Amino acid sequence: MKLVIINYGAGNIKSIQFAFKRLGYDAILSNNPDEIKAADKVIFPGVGEASSAMQMLKESGLDTLIPTLKQPVLGICLGMQLMCKSSEEGNTKGLGIFNVDVKRFNNTVKVPQMGWNTITDLKSKLFKGIKDEAFMYSVHSFYAEACKESIATTTYSVDFASALQKDNFYGVQFHPEKSSVAGEQILKNFIAL
Amino acid sequence: MLTKRIIPCLDIKNGRTVKGVNFVNLRDAGDPVELAKQYAVKGADELVFLDISATLEGRKTMIDMVLKVAEHVNIPFTVGGGISSIEDVDVLLKSGADKVSINSSAVKRPGLVNELANKFGSQCVVVAIDAKQINDEWIVHLAGGSIPTDLNLFDWAKEVESRGAGEILFTSMNNDGTKAGFANEALAKLSETLNIPIIASGGAGNVQHFIDTFKEGKADAALAASVFHFGEIAIKDLKEVLRDNNIAVRL
Repeated sequence: MKLVIINYGAGNIKSIQFAFKRLGYDAILSNNPDEIKAADKVIFPGVGEASSAMQMLKESGLDTLIPTLKQPVLGICLGMQLMCKSSEEGNTKGLGIFNVDVKRFNNTVKVPQMGWNTITDLKSKLFKGIKDEAFMYSVHSFYAEACKESIATTTYSVDFASALQKDNFYGVQFHPEKSSVAGEQILKNFIAL
Repeated sequence: MLTKRIIPCLDIKNGRTVKGVNFVNLRDAGDPVELAKQYAVKGADELVFLDISATLEGRKTMIDMVLKVAEHVNIPFTVGGGISSIEDVDVLLKSGADKVSINSSAVKRPGLVNELANKFGSQCVVVAIDAKQINDEWIVHLAGGSIPTDLNLFDWAKEVESRGAGEILFTSMNNDGTKAGFANEALAKLSETLNIPIIASGGAGNVQHFIDTFKEGKADAALAASVFHFGEIAIKDLKEVLRDNNIAVRL
Protein backbone atom coordinates (compact mmCIF):
# COMPACT_ATOMS: atom_id res chain seq x y z
CA MET A 1 0.00 0.00 0.00
CA LYS A 2 1.60 3.22 -1.17
CA LEU A 3 -0.08 6.15 0.50
CA VAL A 4 0.89 9.68 -0.52
CA ILE A 5 -0.11 12.91 1.23
CA ILE A 6 0.18 15.82 -1.18
CA ASN A 7 2.58 18.31 0.36
CA TYR A 8 2.07 21.71 -1.25
CA GLY A 9 2.69 23.87 1.78
CA ALA A 10 -0.89 24.12 3.03
CA GLY A 11 -1.90 21.94 5.82
CA ASN A 12 -1.97 19.84 8.86
CA ILE A 13 -0.01 17.12 7.15
CA LYS A 14 1.80 15.92 10.27
CA SER A 15 -1.48 15.07 12.00
CA ILE A 16 -2.69 13.12 8.97
CA GLN A 17 0.60 11.27 8.68
CA PHE A 18 0.45 10.38 12.38
CA ALA A 19 -3.16 9.20 12.09
CA PHE A 20 -2.17 6.73 9.37
CA LYS A 21 0.82 5.66 11.44
CA ARG A 22 -1.55 4.81 14.31
CA LEU A 23 -3.37 2.58 11.83
CA GLY A 24 -0.09 0.93 10.81
CA TYR A 25 0.54 2.73 7.50
CA ASP A 26 3.52 4.87 6.56
CA ALA A 27 2.22 7.73 4.44
CA ILE A 28 4.72 9.60 2.28
CA LEU A 29 4.66 13.39 1.98
CA SER A 30 5.27 14.44 -1.60
CA ASN A 31 4.76 17.14 -4.20
CA ASN A 32 6.42 15.05 -6.91
CA PRO A 33 3.92 14.36 -9.75
CA ASP A 34 5.41 10.95 -10.59
CA GLU A 35 5.32 9.85 -6.99
CA ILE A 36 1.73 11.05 -6.60
CA LYS A 37 0.65 9.32 -9.83
CA ALA A 38 2.25 6.06 -8.68
CA ALA A 39 0.46 6.02 -5.31
CA ASP A 40 -2.30 3.55 -4.47
CA LYS A 41 -4.15 6.20 -2.50
CA VAL A 42 -3.73 9.97 -2.39
CA ILE A 43 -4.62 12.37 0.42
CA PHE A 44 -5.17 16.01 -0.50
CA PRO A 45 -5.01 18.03 2.73
CA GLY A 46 -5.43 21.74 3.31
CA VAL A 47 -5.83 24.25 6.07
CA GLY A 48 -5.86 28.02 5.74
CA GLU A 49 -7.15 30.39 3.11
CA ALA A 50 -8.50 29.15 -0.25
CA SER A 51 -6.98 31.57 -2.77
CA SER A 52 -3.46 31.35 -1.33
CA ALA A 53 -3.70 27.55 -1.08
CA MET A 54 -4.82 27.43 -4.72
CA GLN A 55 -1.91 29.67 -5.62
CA MET A 56 0.53 27.25 -3.96
CA LEU A 57 -1.10 24.39 -5.82
CA LYS A 58 -0.65 26.19 -9.14
CA GLU A 59 2.97 27.03 -8.41
CA SER A 60 3.72 23.32 -8.00
CA GLY A 61 1.68 22.42 -11.10
CA LEU A 62 -0.51 20.10 -9.03
CA ASP A 63 -3.72 21.88 -10.00
CA THR A 64 -3.64 20.17 -13.40
CA LEU A 65 -2.41 16.83 -12.06
CA ILE A 66 -5.00 16.20 -9.31
CA PRO A 67 -8.12 16.09 -11.57
CA THR A 68 -6.41 13.49 -13.79
CA LEU A 69 -5.65 11.02 -10.98
CA LYS A 70 -7.24 7.57 -11.34
CA GLN A 71 -6.69 6.12 -7.87
CA PRO A 72 -8.85 7.01 -4.83
CA VAL A 73 -8.17 10.60 -3.72
CA LEU A 74 -9.37 11.98 -0.38
CA GLY A 75 -9.57 15.75 0.07
CA ILE A 76 -9.70 16.91 3.66
CA CYS A 77 -11.13 20.25 4.85
CA LEU A 78 -9.75 22.97 2.53
CA GLY A 79 -8.52 20.17 0.25
CA MET A 80 -12.14 19.14 -0.28
CA GLN A 81 -13.20 22.76 -0.84
CA LEU A 82 -10.52 23.26 -3.49
CA MET A 83 -11.88 20.22 -5.35
CA CYS A 84 -15.18 22.09 -5.79
CA LYS A 85 -16.15 24.46 -8.62
CA SER A 86 -15.50 27.70 -6.75
CA SER A 87 -15.17 29.22 -3.30
CA GLU A 88 -16.44 32.53 -1.97
CA GLU A 89 -13.23 32.67 0.05
CA GLY A 90 -10.87 34.95 -1.86
CA ASN A 91 -13.19 34.52 -4.87
CA THR A 92 -11.31 31.36 -5.79
CA LYS A 93 -11.81 29.15 -8.84
CA GLY A 94 -11.50 25.54 -7.71
CA LEU A 95 -10.41 22.35 -9.48
CA GLY A 96 -14.00 21.68 -10.53
CA ILE A 97 -14.00 17.98 -9.66
CA PHE A 98 -17.19 18.36 -7.63
CA ASN A 99 -19.94 20.33 -9.31
CA VAL A 100 -20.73 22.52 -6.30
CA ASP A 101 -19.89 25.97 -4.95
CA VAL A 102 -18.37 26.76 -1.57
CA LYS A 103 -20.11 29.50 0.45
CA ARG A 104 -19.50 31.30 3.73
CA PHE A 105 -21.71 30.61 6.75
CA ASN A 106 -23.95 33.57 7.46
CA ASN A 107 -23.59 35.42 10.74
CA THR A 108 -26.66 33.89 12.41
CA VAL A 109 -24.16 31.36 13.81
CA LYS A 110 -20.64 31.67 15.21
CA VAL A 111 -18.06 31.55 12.43
CA PRO A 112 -15.90 29.45 12.22
CA GLN A 113 -17.92 26.39 13.10
CA MET A 114 -15.50 24.88 15.58
CA GLY A 115 -16.00 21.54 17.24
CA TRP A 116 -17.88 18.27 16.98
CA ASN A 117 -21.00 17.97 14.86
CA THR A 118 -22.91 14.98 13.47
CA ILE A 119 -22.86 13.52 9.97
CA THR A 120 -26.06 11.99 8.60
CA ASP A 121 -27.47 10.66 5.34
CA LEU A 122 -24.31 8.62 4.76
CA LYS A 123 -24.05 7.22 1.24
CA SER A 124 -20.63 5.76 0.58
CA LYS A 125 -18.33 2.85 1.36
CA LEU A 126 -16.19 5.52 2.98
CA PHE A 127 -18.64 5.38 5.90
CA LYS A 128 -18.79 1.60 6.31
CA GLY A 129 -19.31 0.85 10.00
CA ILE A 130 -19.98 4.52 10.81
CA LYS A 131 -23.35 5.06 12.41
CA ASP A 132 -25.71 7.79 11.33
CA GLU A 133 -25.19 10.87 13.53
CA ALA A 134 -21.58 9.95 14.31
CA PHE A 135 -19.59 12.92 15.60
CA MET A 136 -16.79 14.47 13.55
CA TYR A 137 -14.48 17.36 14.39
CA SER A 138 -14.42 20.33 12.03
CA VAL A 139 -13.13 23.87 11.91
CA HIS A 140 -14.34 25.91 8.97
CA SER A 141 -16.00 29.15 7.91
CA PHE A 142 -16.99 27.97 4.41
CA TYR A 143 -19.06 24.95 3.31
CA ALA A 144 -20.02 23.05 0.17
CA GLU A 145 -23.72 23.42 -0.59
CA ALA A 146 -26.03 20.42 -0.49
CA CYS A 147 -25.79 18.74 -3.90
CA LYS A 148 -26.10 15.50 -5.86
CA GLU A 149 -22.52 14.48 -5.09
CA SER A 150 -23.09 14.79 -1.33
CA ILE A 151 -22.40 11.57 0.60
CA ALA A 152 -22.88 13.07 4.10
CA THR A 153 -24.88 15.96 5.49
CA THR A 154 -24.21 18.21 8.48
CA THR A 155 -26.38 21.02 9.81
CA TYR A 156 -24.96 24.35 10.93
CA SER A 157 -27.41 27.13 10.12
CA VAL A 158 -27.91 25.26 6.82
CA ASP A 159 -27.79 21.62 5.74
CA PHE A 160 -24.51 21.35 3.87
CA ALA A 161 -22.48 18.60 2.19
CA SER A 162 -19.95 17.50 4.80
CA ALA A 163 -18.62 14.84 2.41
CA LEU A 164 -18.61 14.52 -1.38
CA GLN A 165 -17.85 11.81 -3.90
CA LYS A 166 -17.47 11.69 -7.64
CA ASP A 167 -15.96 8.57 -9.20
CA ASN A 168 -12.58 8.01 -7.51
CA PHE A 169 -12.62 11.42 -5.80
CA TYR A 170 -13.73 11.78 -2.18
CA GLY A 171 -13.81 14.84 0.02
CA VAL A 172 -14.60 15.39 3.70
CA GLN A 173 -15.09 18.78 5.34
CA PHE A 174 -14.29 17.42 8.80
CA HIS A 175 -10.93 16.15 10.06
CA PRO A 176 -11.04 12.34 10.28
CA GLU A 177 -7.48 12.42 11.65
CA LYS A 178 -8.78 14.38 14.67
CA SER A 179 -12.16 12.72 15.04
CA SER A 180 -11.31 9.99 17.53
CA VAL A 181 -12.17 6.36 16.78
CA ALA A 182 -14.91 7.11 14.23
CA GLY A 183 -12.52 9.30 12.24
CA GLU A 184 -9.92 6.56 12.22
CA GLN A 185 -12.53 4.14 10.88
CA ILE A 186 -13.12 6.47 7.92
CA LEU A 187 -9.38 6.53 7.18
CA LYS A 188 -9.33 2.71 7.37
CA ASN A 189 -12.29 2.59 4.97
CA PHE A 190 -10.46 4.88 2.56
CA ILE A 191 -7.44 2.61 2.60
CA ALA A 192 -9.70 -0.37 1.92
CA LEU A 193 -11.37 1.25 -1.14
CA MET B 1 -26.01 19.86 15.86
CA LEU B 2 -22.74 21.44 16.91
CA THR B 3 -22.00 20.27 20.45
CA LYS B 4 -20.59 22.13 23.44
CA ARG B 5 -16.97 21.19 24.09
CA ILE B 6 -15.35 20.03 27.33
CA ILE B 7 -11.66 20.88 27.45
CA PRO B 8 -9.20 19.73 30.12
CA CYS B 9 -6.20 22.04 30.45
CA LEU B 10 -2.74 20.73 31.30
CA ASP B 11 0.05 22.94 32.63
CA ILE B 12 3.41 21.80 31.27
CA LYS B 13 6.83 22.63 32.63
CA ASN B 14 9.93 21.22 30.93
CA GLY B 15 7.80 18.66 29.14
CA ARG B 16 6.04 17.36 32.26
CA THR B 17 2.58 18.03 33.69
CA VAL B 18 2.83 20.28 36.69
CA LYS B 19 -0.28 19.98 38.80
CA GLY B 20 -0.77 16.66 40.46
CA VAL B 21 -3.06 14.31 38.67
CA ASN B 22 -5.11 11.69 40.39
CA PHE B 23 -5.90 9.13 37.73
CA VAL B 24 -6.12 5.45 38.22
CA ASN B 25 -4.46 3.25 35.60
CA LEU B 26 -1.90 5.92 34.88
CA ARG B 27 1.66 4.65 34.99
CA ASP B 28 3.17 8.10 34.94
CA ALA B 29 0.96 11.01 35.98
CA GLY B 30 3.61 13.47 34.92
CA ASP B 31 3.63 12.29 31.32
CA PRO B 32 1.45 14.63 29.26
CA VAL B 33 1.16 12.14 26.41
CA GLU B 34 -0.22 9.38 28.57
CA LEU B 35 -2.57 11.80 30.28
CA ALA B 36 -3.78 13.17 26.96
CA LYS B 37 -4.48 9.66 25.69
CA GLN B 38 -6.53 8.95 28.80
CA TYR B 39 -8.52 12.14 28.37
CA ALA B 40 -9.23 11.32 24.73
CA VAL B 41 -10.59 7.92 25.75
CA LYS B 42 -12.63 9.44 28.59
CA GLY B 43 -14.48 11.74 26.19
CA ALA B 44 -12.63 15.07 26.27
CA ASP B 45 -13.45 17.01 23.10
CA GLU B 46 -10.20 18.88 22.92
CA LEU B 47 -7.11 19.51 25.03
CA VAL B 48 -5.15 22.62 25.93
CA PHE B 49 -1.46 22.43 26.86
CA LEU B 50 -0.13 25.51 28.55
CA ASP B 51 3.66 25.76 28.59
CA ILE B 52 4.83 27.47 31.75
CA SER B 53 8.53 26.72 31.22
CA ALA B 54 10.52 29.89 31.48
CA THR B 55 13.67 28.60 29.81
CA LEU B 56 14.73 27.98 26.22
CA GLU B 57 15.49 24.40 27.13
CA GLY B 58 11.93 24.00 28.43
CA ARG B 59 10.51 25.35 25.20
CA LYS B 60 12.47 22.85 23.14
CA THR B 61 11.06 20.07 25.28
CA MET B 62 7.60 21.45 24.55
CA ILE B 63 8.08 20.89 20.82
CA ASP B 64 9.02 17.26 21.47
CA MET B 65 5.92 16.90 23.61
CA VAL B 66 3.69 18.37 20.88
CA LEU B 67 5.09 15.86 18.37
CA LYS B 68 4.42 12.97 20.74
CA VAL B 69 0.90 14.15 21.54
CA ALA B 70 0.11 14.53 17.83
CA GLU B 71 1.47 11.05 17.21
CA HIS B 72 -0.57 9.32 19.89
CA VAL B 73 -3.75 11.35 20.43
CA ASN B 74 -6.72 11.37 18.07
CA ILE B 75 -8.49 14.55 19.21
CA PRO B 76 -7.54 18.18 18.55
CA PHE B 77 -5.31 20.17 20.86
CA THR B 78 -4.18 23.73 21.44
CA VAL B 79 -0.76 24.84 22.66
CA GLY B 80 -0.22 28.09 24.54
CA GLY B 81 2.42 29.84 26.57
CA GLY B 82 5.33 32.00 25.48
CA ILE B 83 4.31 32.24 21.82
CA SER B 84 5.26 35.59 20.32
CA SER B 85 6.17 35.15 16.65
CA ILE B 86 5.24 33.53 13.35
CA GLU B 87 8.25 31.24 13.77
CA ASP B 88 7.02 30.02 17.17
CA VAL B 89 3.64 29.16 15.66
CA ASP B 90 5.08 27.61 12.51
CA VAL B 91 7.10 25.03 14.43
CA LEU B 92 4.16 24.15 16.72
CA LEU B 93 1.73 23.66 13.83
CA LYS B 94 4.30 21.68 11.86
CA SER B 95 4.77 19.48 14.92
CA GLY B 96 1.05 18.67 14.87
CA ALA B 97 -0.66 21.23 17.12
CA ASP B 98 -4.10 22.15 15.77
CA LYS B 99 -4.30 25.59 17.32
CA VAL B 100 -2.09 27.96 19.24
CA SER B 101 -3.14 30.33 21.96
CA ILE B 102 -1.52 33.73 22.42
CA ASN B 103 -2.07 36.08 25.33
CA SER B 104 0.36 38.79 26.47
CA SER B 105 2.23 38.82 23.15
CA ALA B 106 -1.01 39.95 21.49
CA VAL B 107 -1.52 42.72 24.06
CA LYS B 108 2.05 43.90 23.56
CA ARG B 109 1.79 43.74 19.77
CA PRO B 110 -1.80 43.39 18.49
CA GLY B 111 -0.57 43.10 14.88
CA LEU B 112 0.63 39.60 15.75
CA VAL B 113 -3.00 38.42 15.59
CA ASN B 114 -3.31 39.68 12.00
CA GLU B 115 0.01 38.16 11.02
CA LEU B 116 -0.90 34.74 12.39
CA ALA B 117 -4.42 34.78 10.92
CA ASN B 118 -3.09 35.76 7.48
CA LYS B 119 -0.29 33.24 7.51
CA PHE B 120 -1.98 30.23 9.11
CA GLY B 121 -5.71 31.00 9.02
CA SER B 122 -8.04 32.18 11.79
CA GLN B 123 -9.03 28.62 12.60
CA CYS B 124 -5.79 28.03 14.49
CA VAL B 125 -5.50 31.37 16.29
CA VAL B 126 -6.92 31.37 19.81
CA VAL B 127 -6.53 34.58 21.79
CA ALA B 128 -6.47 33.95 25.53
CA ILE B 129 -7.64 36.83 27.67
CA ASP B 130 -7.22 37.01 31.44
CA ALA B 131 -9.44 39.68 32.95
CA LYS B 132 -10.41 40.89 36.40
CA GLN B 133 -13.56 42.77 37.34
CA ILE B 134 -12.60 45.97 39.16
CA ASN B 135 -15.31 48.49 40.08
CA ASP B 136 -17.74 46.99 37.61
CA GLU B 137 -15.26 47.12 34.77
CA TRP B 138 -13.54 44.09 33.30
CA ILE B 139 -9.85 44.92 32.91
CA VAL B 140 -7.45 42.75 30.89
CA HIS B 141 -4.49 41.54 32.96
CA LEU B 142 -1.14 40.02 32.05
CA ALA B 143 1.17 37.54 33.74
CA GLY B 144 -1.54 35.40 35.26
CA GLY B 145 -3.57 38.31 36.53
CA SER B 146 -0.80 40.22 38.28
CA ILE B 147 -0.29 43.10 35.84
CA PRO B 148 -3.28 45.26 34.86
CA THR B 149 -3.44 46.81 31.39
CA ASP B 150 -5.57 49.72 30.26
CA LEU B 151 -7.67 47.43 28.07
CA ASN B 152 -11.33 46.68 28.63
CA LEU B 153 -12.18 42.98 28.13
CA PHE B 154 -15.02 43.52 25.65
CA ASP B 155 -13.19 46.13 23.57
CA TRP B 156 -10.08 43.98 23.43
CA ALA B 157 -12.05 40.84 22.52
CA LYS B 158 -13.82 42.74 19.75
CA GLU B 159 -10.49 44.05 18.50
CA VAL B 160 -8.80 40.64 18.32
CA GLU B 161 -11.86 39.25 16.54
CA SER B 162 -11.58 41.96 13.90
CA ARG B 163 -7.86 41.23 13.61
CA GLY B 164 -8.60 37.61 12.77
CA ALA B 165 -8.75 35.59 15.99
CA GLY B 166 -10.72 32.38 15.46
CA GLU B 167 -11.64 31.83 19.09
CA ILE B 168 -11.45 33.51 22.52
CA LEU B 169 -10.34 31.74 25.68
CA PHE B 170 -11.59 33.97 28.48
CA THR B 171 -10.33 33.37 32.02
CA SER B 172 -11.92 35.36 34.80
CA MET B 173 -9.27 36.07 37.42
CA ASN B 174 -12.07 36.72 39.93
CA ASN B 175 -13.34 33.19 39.46
CA ASP B 176 -10.14 31.24 38.72
CA GLY B 177 -9.28 28.86 41.54
CA THR B 178 -12.47 29.61 43.50
CA LYS B 179 -14.44 26.56 42.33
CA ALA B 180 -17.49 28.82 42.67
CA GLY B 181 -18.55 28.81 39.01
CA PHE B 182 -17.65 30.59 35.78
CA ALA B 183 -18.06 34.34 35.13
CA ASN B 184 -21.29 33.81 33.23
CA GLU B 185 -22.45 37.39 32.94
CA ALA B 186 -19.24 38.51 31.25
CA LEU B 187 -19.20 35.34 29.13
CA ALA B 188 -22.74 35.93 27.89
CA LYS B 189 -21.86 39.50 27.00
CA LEU B 190 -18.80 38.29 25.07
CA SER B 191 -20.90 35.75 23.20
CA GLU B 192 -23.46 38.39 22.29
CA THR B 193 -20.86 40.96 21.24
CA LEU B 194 -18.67 38.60 19.21
CA ASN B 195 -19.33 36.14 16.42
CA ILE B 196 -16.49 33.68 17.13
CA PRO B 197 -16.54 30.80 19.63
CA ILE B 198 -15.88 31.59 23.31
CA ILE B 199 -14.21 29.16 25.73
CA ALA B 200 -15.14 29.70 29.38
CA SER B 201 -12.32 29.29 31.87
CA GLY B 202 -11.88 29.84 35.58
CA GLY B 203 -14.13 28.73 38.41
CA ALA B 204 -15.28 25.19 37.59
CA GLY B 205 -16.10 23.38 40.82
CA ASN B 206 -19.07 21.15 40.11
CA VAL B 207 -21.32 19.87 37.33
CA GLN B 208 -23.90 22.61 37.82
CA HIS B 209 -21.24 25.20 36.99
CA PHE B 210 -20.87 23.67 33.53
CA ILE B 211 -24.64 23.65 32.98
CA ASP B 212 -24.75 27.30 34.01
CA THR B 213 -21.89 28.42 31.80
CA PHE B 214 -23.44 26.80 28.74
CA LYS B 215 -26.97 28.06 29.50
CA GLU B 216 -26.45 31.43 31.19
CA GLY B 217 -22.91 32.13 29.98
CA LYS B 218 -23.73 31.04 26.40
CA ALA B 219 -20.22 29.58 26.20
CA ASP B 220 -19.26 27.36 23.27
CA ALA B 221 -16.76 25.36 25.31
CA ALA B 222 -15.71 25.06 28.94
CA LEU B 223 -12.16 24.56 30.12
CA ALA B 224 -11.07 23.26 33.50
CA ALA B 225 -8.04 21.70 35.12
CA SER B 226 -8.17 20.46 38.70
CA VAL B 227 -11.76 19.13 38.74
CA PHE B 228 -10.75 16.79 35.94
CA HIS B 229 -7.18 16.05 37.01
CA PHE B 230 -8.17 15.08 40.53
CA GLY B 231 -11.09 13.00 39.34
CA GLU B 232 -13.66 15.21 41.08
CA ILE B 233 -15.68 15.28 37.89
CA ALA B 234 -15.58 12.44 35.36
CA ILE B 235 -16.03 13.81 31.85
CA LYS B 236 -18.46 11.10 30.82
CA ASP B 237 -20.69 11.69 33.86
CA LEU B 238 -20.53 15.42 33.27
CA LYS B 239 -21.61 15.01 29.66
CA GLU B 240 -24.49 12.74 30.62
CA VAL B 241 -25.82 15.38 33.02
CA LEU B 242 -25.37 18.07 30.37
CA ARG B 243 -27.32 15.95 27.89
CA ASP B 244 -30.09 15.44 30.45
CA ASN B 245 -30.23 19.23 30.71
CA ASN B 246 -30.78 19.57 26.95
CA ILE B 247 -27.23 20.72 26.25
CA ALA B 248 -25.84 19.11 23.09
CA VAL B 249 -22.69 17.12 23.82
CA ARG B 250 -20.69 14.40 22.08
CA LEU B 251 -21.34 11.14 23.91
